[in-house]
Formats: sequence, structure tokens, C-alpha cells
Amino acid sequence: MKIVVCVKQVPEITDVNVNPETGTLVREGISAILNPFCEYALDHATQLKITQQETEVIAITMGPPQARSALFRCLELGDDRAVLVSDRKFAGADTWATALTLSAAIKASVPDFDLILMGKQAIDGDTAQVGPELAEILNLPQITYGVEINLSPKKKRIRVKRETEHGYEVLETRLPAVVSASKGELIRRVPSFQDVLTARLKDLRVISADDLDLDETELGLKGSFTQVINVFPPPQKQGGIKLEGLEPEVAARKIATYLRKEGFV
Amino acid sequence: MFKLLKIDKEKCNACGLCEISCPFGAIAVENELAQANELCTLCGACVNVCPQAALAIERRKASVEELSQFKGVFIWAECEPHGEKHVPRKVAYEILSQGRRLADQLGEPLNAVVLGDEGLAEMDSLCYHGADRVLCFRHSLLGRYTSDGFTNVISAVIAGEKPSIFLYGATPNGRDLAPRVAARMRLGLTADCTELGIDENGQLVQTRPAFGGNIMATIISPYTRPQTATVRPNVFAAAKRDLDRPVNIEEMPVTLNKTNIRTRLIDEIRLASEEGRIEEAKVIVSAGRGCQDPINLDTLRELARKLGGVLAGSRAIVELGWIPHSLQVGQSGTTVGPDLYIAVGISGAVQHVVGMSSSKKIIAINKDPDAPIFKIADLGIVGDAPVILPKLINEIERIKVRR
Ligand SMILES: Cc1cc2nc3c(=O)[nH]c(=O)nc-3n(C[C@H](O)[C@H](O)[C@H](O)COP(=O)(O)OP(=O)(O)OC[C@H]3O[C@@H](n4cnc5c(N)ncnc54)[C@H](O)[C@@H]3O)c2cc1C
Repeated sequence: MKIVVCVKQVPEITDVNVNPETGTLVREGISAILNPFCEYALDHATQLKITQQETEVIAITMGPPQARSALFRCLELGDDRAVLVSDRKFAGADTWATALTLSAAIKASVPDFDLILMGKQAIDGDTAQVGPELAEILNLPQITYGVEINLSPKKKRIRVKRETEHGYEVLETRLPAVVSASKGELIRRVPSFQDVLTARLKDLRVISADDLDLDETELGLKGSFTQVINVFPPPQKQGGIKLEGLEPEVAARKIATYLRKEGFV
Repeated sequence: MFKLLKIDKEKCNACGLCEISCPFGAIAVENELAQANELCTLCGACVNVCPQAALAIERRKASVEELSQFKGVFIWAECEPHGEKHVPRKVAYEILSQGRRLADQLGEPLNAVVLGDEGLAEMDSLCYHGADRVLCFRHSLLGRYTSDGFTNVISAVIAGEKPSIFLYGATPNGRDLAPRVAARMRLGLTADCTELGIDENGQLVQTRPAFGGNIMATIISPYTRPQTATVRPNVFAAAKRDLDRPVNIEEMPVTLNKTNIRTRLIDEIRLASEEGRIEEAKVIVSAGRGCQDPINLDTLRELARKLGGVLAGSRAIVELGWIPHSLQVGQSGTTVGPDLYIAVGISGAVQHVVGMSSSKKIIAINKDPDAPIFKIADLGIVGDAPVILPKLINEIERIKVRR
């Protein structure tokens, strides 16, 4: 079985600060990480590899040359090989252009895949759109918000337990398919020194726009249907009052008074 | 040099406004000239501020004639089970009110599209809340949401009706469906919008938070129609019910068969029905790891009951197994927007805050004075939550008795 995992490198959001004077993002010292939801997708690929011998896991990312480090992380976590899809021409891609480029990259580098896994969303853009768009472009069934993925007893089918607003449902679909993960195993694996060493020996291929069966007008900003015309800092919510060092009784009374004043009791 | 952002050397006077306006640190003045680097996302912030008009981004052109054939604002009115029936859920009424506003601005009609089976009810209510016309698709295969079944029907609506705008609620199903349809019909799609408007060219202008709510982005879809967006629940208010509005419901034919739907339901696990839906709650008492022990959640439940609200929580306590995932607030849970949100023992991690920052009033109780939750709290109490809460319930009792 061949599993493609689409991953993205993202800035560590918790580090992001906005300069109160200029309203711009402070970039210094922000680390780039592998999107956590993509790590969950990797977890599922690794699990499937344990149950299914002879599984090859291939990580693919579209991104700048620096995204190589996210792919190394995938290789350290057990992926067999990795593909970096990188070209200046991809700059400014929206979710549609990203999905289209990824679909072409998958066709070019893993044409015989059985399953595509992705994170349910990237923590920077938070759109959750690339997965379903990719599934549609490749004309494959999709299952989003997966928390458990199993090969079904019937060959060439998978069962996915997915989160719903009311709990969970288990869906079955035929392969190939696209599944997005909203959770993985709870304990993050720390790659061993050995993992790190082996990762450097694995195959990491870089492909560019020339390797894809796409027209230049379909790439990046030119190929995007949406356009960002402005970015600005969100209206700052004014912090209210913070009360410290109160006796518990007094604290409780302060809250109760506030609730009464605001009309909640 | 970054190519797609064009910098006119003649016009640039190295004033540096672009440098301070760039959210990504991607442009700087060097050697008396603005220079962009590979961090540039082509967001256009610098183009907008440049007083010399020295900056430009090469964009695709669209034919105005072609686009003007598309007319009408459409929304997908998602339904949910209500007893035996399926009725429009709250977010459907919220986007209906926005759709009404946009349709009036454009002078176009507002249509609501409903998918379900024979159990669909309260369709007239969509008209009372602003729809000029309801397109009702009933089929036994539409009784339950499926990506394939719903994509087929919505795509057919778009192909046949040629709307100028199509809106969905940014619910889990809406965010599963909208991109699938967008890809099939080759449409621009903007996720999780918190503001919608119409510009002077009649285009839909969509604003949404990104980077965990650290910046806002304004987005347009200049070349494709309909312009499509998912709209964040609990941001907009529903319009008042107006029983004088005419009711216009059209039952639409559906061609769908089992082979169109490639996923099959094997099992369903329903959780937490007793707790009530957090997405629609007016008051939420939310628990974090700082509640110390699941026993203490009983006190929070009682507080919630006294305030006519429901219990929710952070991902930390979902992972501890104290509450089910359906009660999780945040980036990988539900976005809520109650009138009152009481955060008890919650640190205020960005992933939590993005899911609750549009609450009207926020009270936080945390023993750490530096907890980030205090930055957004209207009333912050530094203290020991398990000790304060029972006393708070007493105080509320006392206020109620005194009345
Ligand atoms: C991809 C991703 C998605 C995520 N999605 C979500 C999400 O949807 N929702 C979500 O909530 N989180 C989410 N998280 C997790 C998030 O980063 C935080 O880890 C989580 O919100 C922390 O929960 P908490 O505040 O309950 O716990 P903690 O961060 O452990 O905070 C506990 C707080 O309780 C306080 N405290 C301790 N004892 C007491 C006491 N006796 N009285 C009062 N206060 C006390 C402490 O000072 C502390 O501030 C996500 C993380 C990732 C990586």
C-alpha cells in the first residue's frame, strides 16, 4: 500500500506577537514547525504501516526551500521518502491553486497511491479547504475530521471514525480516498538519535513547476481564484479589570455583583 | 528579487511606509529602494499604503460581461434534527440576515437552499427571516449529510441558477461541503468569514481572521461566480421574524442514487445530549485543567444551570476524558459566541481563544496572574477556582432570594 501524506510548514502561532504601534506581526524568533494537524495525519500513516506490512509512506509539501525541514521531521517520524514541491511560480497560491499543484505533484511522483492523508487544517490559514479541494480534483471520496483510521476487512476499503458535532460516526469508503485528521495519538513521539540519522539517508526529492502537468497560468497567484487585498490587525479587545489578592468570599461577591450589573442574574 | 511584486524604481522614494505596513517582514528599504524578499505572500498591504503608487501586483483580468450574467444571493440553510423533524439551525438564520443585507445592496433576490428528506420542516420560517424563495430538495438519500450527495445537489443548483454569491455556515459540514463544491465548479472560496460587504464594483468583500486570530485578511474572488464563502457561526445576529413576508417554497426535483455516494455509514456514537449544544448557548461556563478534579465540574454545571447556560471546556480536559469532544471550545472544537463566557482554570492558549473571543462578556478565574486569558477578560479574578465557585453559587442564590 502507498500512503501519501500532504503536510505544511507553519509558523508556531503561539509565538506570534503583534507590534501594538504598527499593528504588524513581529517575525523575529518565530519558529517554523510542522503543522500539528499534519503530524496527526502522520500518526495515522504510521499506525497503518504497523498493521499493514509493505506500506510505503510518502510525505509531500508545497512550500519554499525552507519547508525541507518539515519534511525532515516527517522522515524522522518514520516516513519512507519525501517530495518538496517548490518554485517561485507557486507564490501567492490560494487553497484552490495549492490543491491543484498538490494534485499534479502527487500524479507526478506517486501515481499509484492508495490513500492520501492530510491534517484537517493548517494552523496559520485555518481554512480546512485544501483537503476537500484536492479530493474533488482527483475525483476521490473524502472523509474529514478523522480520529481513527483502519483498513476494513474488505480489501481496498477503509473505515474512518470521524468527529461530528454530536459525537462520532464511522464511515467506510473505497480506496483510493482522501482523509483529513483532526486528532492523532496523544503522546507526541520524540524521534531518537537513530531516527534522525536514518532520516538524512532517506530520499528527499525536490520538484518544480516544470515537473508538473500544469500550465503556468494555473500556478500561484495567477492560478488563484481568491485574492487577499488587505491585511490588518484585529480590533484589540480591551482587557477589563483584573482583581488580585482577594479573599475567596470577596472574589465570589465581585463576580456575583458583576453578573447582576450586567443582567445575567 | 521577488518577481510578482513589481517595484517601480523611478517612483519609489524610499519612504519606508511599505516596510512598516508589511505584516510578514517581507519588504524593506535598502540602498534607497524598497526590496522584497521570499517571505512575501502577495497580500497587497504595501501596495495599498504606498503614497507614490510605486508598488503593483500583477493580477489576472476578468471579463465584466461574463461575470454580470450571475445574479442572486444564495445560502445553504443547514438543517438539524429536532424531534422527528429536520429544521434550519441557528447559523442558517444568521447567514440569512447577512444574505438579506447583501441582496438588498445588490438589488438581487435572496434564495435559501435546503437539502433533506421527508422530515424537513419550518421551511416557511426561512421566508419570515428574509428569504425571497426557498429551494427545497427532498430525497431519502439527503436525510443525512454526505459529502458526495450534498456536493452533487449544490453544484447542480449553482450550474442551473447562476448565483452571484453563495454562502454556507462555517460548521463542520459546511466546511466539508463548500470546498468540494468550489473545486468542482472552479470557484473562489473564503473560509470562516466574520465580515461581509459589497464594494463599489458590486463585488463581495470578505474578511476573516488568520494566524490564530492575530491578523485579519480581506479577500475577494474577482474572476469566478458565484463568489463563495463560509461564514463563522455566532458572529452575526439573526433578523427578527417578520410574518408579513410572503412565503415562496419550491419543491425541487432531485436525481441522486446510491452509487453517487461513495461513503457508507457503519456506526454512529452520540454523546453529550444532556449537556445541550454549546454553539447556540447564551451562557457558557467553561472548565480547564485548573478545575483540578472532574468532581469540581458538578459545581460548574450547577453554576451554568443557575445562569441558564451550559458547560463546555478546553481541549486539555477533553483529553483527560472529563467531558466529550462535542463540548470542546476552540480551534479543533467548536466556535462559540455567547453573551457570557466564564473561563474557569483555563490558561487562554490561542487555540482556545480563537474559539471564544467573540463572546460578549468574558469572566476569567485563574490562579496565575499572568495567564493570557486575562488579556481578553472583562472581569478577571486571580484566585483558586475550586474554592471560589461554591461561594459564587451561594452569592447568586442570595441575589435571587433578595428579589
Ligand atoms: C493543533 C492544536 C489544536 C488545539 N485545539 C484546541 C482547542 O480547540 N481548544 C482548546 O481549548 N485547546 C486546543 N489546543 C490546546 C491548547 O494549546 C491548550 O493546550 C489548551 O487549551 C490548554 O487547556 P487549559 O487551559 O485547560 O489547560 P492549561 O493550559 O494547563 O491551563 C490550566 C490553567 O489553570 C490554571 N489553574 C491551575 N490551578 C488552578 C486553580 N486551582 N484555580 C484557578 N486556576 C487554576 C493555571 O494557572 C492555568 O492557567 C490545541 C492545540 C493544538 C496544538
